[in-house]
This record gives sequence, structure tokens and C-alpha cells, in this order.
Amino acid sequence: MTVMSDTALQAAPATKARGYWATVGRRIARDKVSMACAFVLVLIFASALLAPWLGLADPYQGSMIRRLRHIGTPNYPLGTDELGRDMLARLIYGGRLSLIIGILPVIFAFVIGTSFGLVAGYVGGKLNTAIMRTIDVFYAFPSVLLAIAISGALGAGIVNSIVSLTIVFVPQITRVAESVTTGVRNMDFVEAARASGAGPFTIMRVHMLGNVLGPIFVYATGLISVSMILAAGLSFLGLGTKPPEPEWGLMLNTLRTAIYINPWVAALPGVMIFAVSICFNLLSDGMRSAMDIRN
Amino acid sequence: MFAYIARRIVYVIPIVISVALVCFLLVHITPGDPLVAVLPADASQELAAQLRTAYGFDRPLPVQFGLWLWRALHGDLGSSIATGRPVLTEVLRAVGNTVTLAIAAALIGFTLGLLFGLIAGYFRDTWIDKVATSIAIAGVSVPHYWLGMVMVIIFSVQLNWLPAVGAGPGGSGAWGWDWEHMKYLILPAITTSVIPMGIVTRTVRALTGDILSQDFVEALRAKGLRELDVFKHVIKNAAPTALAVMGLQLGYMLGGSILIETVFSWPGSGLLLNSAIFQRDLPLLQGTILVLALFFVALNLLVDIAQAAIDPRIKRG
Repeated sequence: MTVMSDTALQAAPATKARGYWATVGRRIARDKVSMACAFVLVLIFASALLAPWLGLADPYQGSMIRRLRHIGTPNYPLGTDELGRDMLARLIYGGRLSLIIGILPVIFAFVIGTSFGLVAGYVGGKLNTAIMRTIDVFYAFPSVLLAIAISGALGAGIVNSIVSLTIVFVPQITRVAESVTTGVRNMDFVEAARASGAGPFTIMRVHMLGNVLGPIFVYATGLISVSMILAAGLSFLGLGTKPPEPEWGLMLNTLRTAIYINPWVAALPGVMIFAVSICFNLLSDGMRSAMDIRN
Repeated sequence: MFAYIARRIVYVIPIVISVALVCFLLVHITPGDPLVAVLPADASQELAAQLRTAYGFDRPLPVQFGLWLWRALHGDLGSSIATGRPVLTEVLRAVGNTVTLAIAAALIGFTLGLLFGLIAGYFRDTWIDKVATSIAIAGVSVPHYWLGMVMVIIFSVQLNWLPAVGAGPGGSGAWGWDWEHMKYLILPAITTSVIPMGIVTRTVRALTGDILSQDFVEALRAKGLRELDVFKHVIKNAAPTALAVMGLQLGYMLGGSILIETVFSWPGSGLLLNSAIFQRDLPLLQGTILVLALFFVALNLLVDIAQAAIDPRIKRG
């Protein structure tokens, strides 16, 4: 007996299968579309972060004599805006605020929604009903309307726009988290942990969180795409950032009057929003199919 | 069926009350005094107190909510601060234009979405599927207000084929079903249709793929059924879910039209909301959001009932 189990132990490392997350990672790394999207996103994030060191023109420095130059003008590769500011610099600097107001709400909602969903799904019963019925109320509003209603009532500003979008996304993430948690709750390993005396907090943190985070994370990644469009949309309406701050949605708004003079420069900020949004969407799709090991 | 409808309607009542509560509270989360928009800048303390009593803002919040709800149930949503006209009249007039836009966009978006979705699901993992899914993902990722601007740039500024803004010649709000008016509808409708097109394509593609891989399809084929008739079974099985998604999308188009309507100056509920926000016209803001949200709730209810009507399994569940 002893001899047998010893050989089994020694043999174990050689046949050790690759872990779940390692497999998922390899599958994503092999997916060309996901990698291309990740590359574009890294490029946009890095340029926004390193903007002051890229040798760009001052994004706030305007000039009355060089307003609305065309794309390809010497020294102004992407032209200039309605106040004569360099578009390339403003698009890259604009990434800083645009990415913050687009991504922060999803991060906040991820933390809050996962907590609500985990508690609702694990505890169940009356608490579940209370949380989920409250969530239902927010589902009675189309998300754009809810975001604009809260933002409009709170008034314009970056903080208010982040708050309103967080409120819009919390219910959606809670719903996903709750349904995943309910699925995991009755599995044998949770029962085993409970039988061995683990408290509810330990079970949720140690045994359940790791099993529910994956799907919620994928969902949240897809939400960033929506959030980028909505956050820039709030600024576009005048409910987000205030001029002269460079931000893609606001830039689209102030350049709207320029579409009769220099249309393609006016459309540029939207290209940035589109690029970030589509990359997060494709990345979310890639992660979802990579995590679906059955295929 | 009747019992099911009755049960669904009962479920909706607490939702409606909560929606009203949220709309009511919107005014009270506003920083500062809700009176700030009505009050002249140099108003005296007495005038402020007088107005506060007149608007009922000095009463406890639950009482205010009760009174507001009672009046709302009787169709009285107060008067717009900017125009002095009843909120309900303003909102209903604007909603008509939004419904016109949403239906036009739904016709385009749903038709293309169903078509692309069925084709992509049937020819899964071929180049046809890749083209259709790429269009779909672009549709759901595009900032639609930007797409609207690009449409105006191409079709109004560069080609001069279609008008850039408004809902009819002469800037009048009256709608008519003739070419002179239709010209104004084309660009906003196409712009609005891209998101539902993308979502319906993705949903229907996934449904079609799932259904085609089920055993009963194999059995139908083994029985010698023609491919076209197999397809009819696929459509029947995909219908309830597809219908639910389309209903939800129609609701989003009605309630989330503010960005598109702002780009095209389309005189609907979104543009009304926009002006309510920037003129700090709180009764109008509150009323518009309430009406739009109730539309959305009613639409969801209708979708649920329609779904149960075509799929008997839902009623039992």
C-alpha cells in the first residue's frame, strides 16, 4: 500500500494538467483578434498616460489664425480644431479623461455589484428578494435614460457623470453575479466547506469568489464598451467635462459646428471612442469563448 | 392565459410605484433648493417662503410624494417652468415624434438583424458568418451620436442629398407621411437602427446555432425534411427569445433617443429632455422621464405576454 501511494505521489507532477486559467490564457494568446485589440488598447492607454513626454503640442494652446486646418497640414498631422488647437495632441491627451470617465464606473460597479450579487446569491431567502427586487426597479428604465436622468438632476460634472453611470451599471452586474453565485452555491465543495465549519464570510471569499469572478469579469469588460459610449455621450450633451478640457465626447460636441468647414477633423474624436469601444467588445467576446472550455 | 396576464399585471404595480418614486426623488437629489430655477435671483426671503408653500416643498417628503403621485394618476404632471404649458401635453406631443423615429428604426434594424442573424447562424464559422458578425459588433460598438454626425457629413454636407436637421420643411414640428417629411426621417432612423441591428444579429445568430445543433433538427433531417422546412422549425424555436430582445430594443430606442435627437434636432422626447435639463425645468424633466419609463414598463409587459402567447412553456414556468 505504502509503496503504491508513494509511486502515485511521485508520478503526479509529471502528469499534472495545465490549470484552468493557464489554459484560458493560452487560448486568448492564440486568438489573433483578441491580441490585436489588446495591442490597440495598450497603445491608446500608454499614449494617454505618457502624453506629456511624447513631444506633442500644447493641447490648450489655441491660435486664431490657424483654426480648422485640414488633416495632413505640416506640423498639424491631424489638423486643428475650432480654436486652432492641435488635434493630435488633444486626441491623445483626451484619452486621459475619456478613459477615466468611461472605465471607472465599470470598476466601481464591478466591486459594488459583485458584492451585492454574491451576498444575494449566497444568503438567498428574504435578503435575496430584497436586493433583487430593488434591482428590478432600475431595470424599469432604459439605461441611457437613467444615466441622463441622474446626471441631468445632479448637474454637469465629471464626478456626477461617473456616479450616474455607476448607478446604471450596478444593477446589471448584480444580476449577473447573483445568477452565477446561485449556480455555484449548491455545489459539493461549498457544502464540504460548510460542513468543515467555515463561516459564511470565509466561504464567500475563499470558495465562491474565485468561481464567480470569471464570468462577471467578462461581462464587465463588455460593459466598458457601453460605458465609453455613454460617458462620452454625457460629455457630448454637455453633462460631463467642461471646456477647455480635452475629452473625446466634448470635443465632438464643440466640433459639431465645424462639420460644414472641415468635416473629417470634426469626426476624429468619435473614431477614438469607436476604437476603444469595439476593442473592449471584441476582447470580451474573445475571453468568453476562451473560458468556454467545452468548445 | 388570462391568469398569467393577471399575474404579470399585478407584478407590474410595485414596479410602477417604485418608478414614480425614483422620478419624484430625482428632483430632490438636485443640489440646492428645487425652487432655484423658478426663483428670481434677487428674490426676498418672503417670496421664497411663499413659493415654497405654493409648490408644497415645505411639507414632509412622503406627503409630497403622495400628493404628486395622486395628481400624476389624474394626468396632472404639473406645468413646465419654461413655457408654462402642462407637462403632459408637452411630453405626449414630443413622444409621438419619438415613436415615429423608433418604429422606422426598428423596421430597418430588426429586418437586417433577423436576416444577418439567421444567415450567420446557419453558415456558422464560414466567411459569411464572419462578415455578418463583424457588422454586428461594429453596430453595437459604434458611438451612435458620432455615426449620426458622419451621416450628416456624407449625405448632407458632401452629397447634399438629405437634410441635416429637423423633422420637416420650414422647421415645423408637424409630421406627415410624404416624401418632404420622409427625407428628414432617413438619416436619424438609419443611425438609430445600428445598435438594435447589431444586438438582434448577435442574439439570433446564437439562437440559430444552438437550435441547429439540437437532436430534433437531426431527426427532422433524417426524416427527409427539406432544408427550407427545417429552417421553419428553427424560426419557430427562436421566435420567443428574439421577440423579447426586439421588444427590449424598441424600448431602448424610445427611452434612449436623447443623443440621436440632439444630433439631428429631431423634435421628440429626447430633445425635450435635453432642453428640460439645460433650462433646469424640473417638472418637465421629472414628467418626461416618468412617461418614458412607464412606456418602457408597459412595453416589457406586452413583450412578456406576447412571449407567453407564442410559447406555452413560459406560462407554466
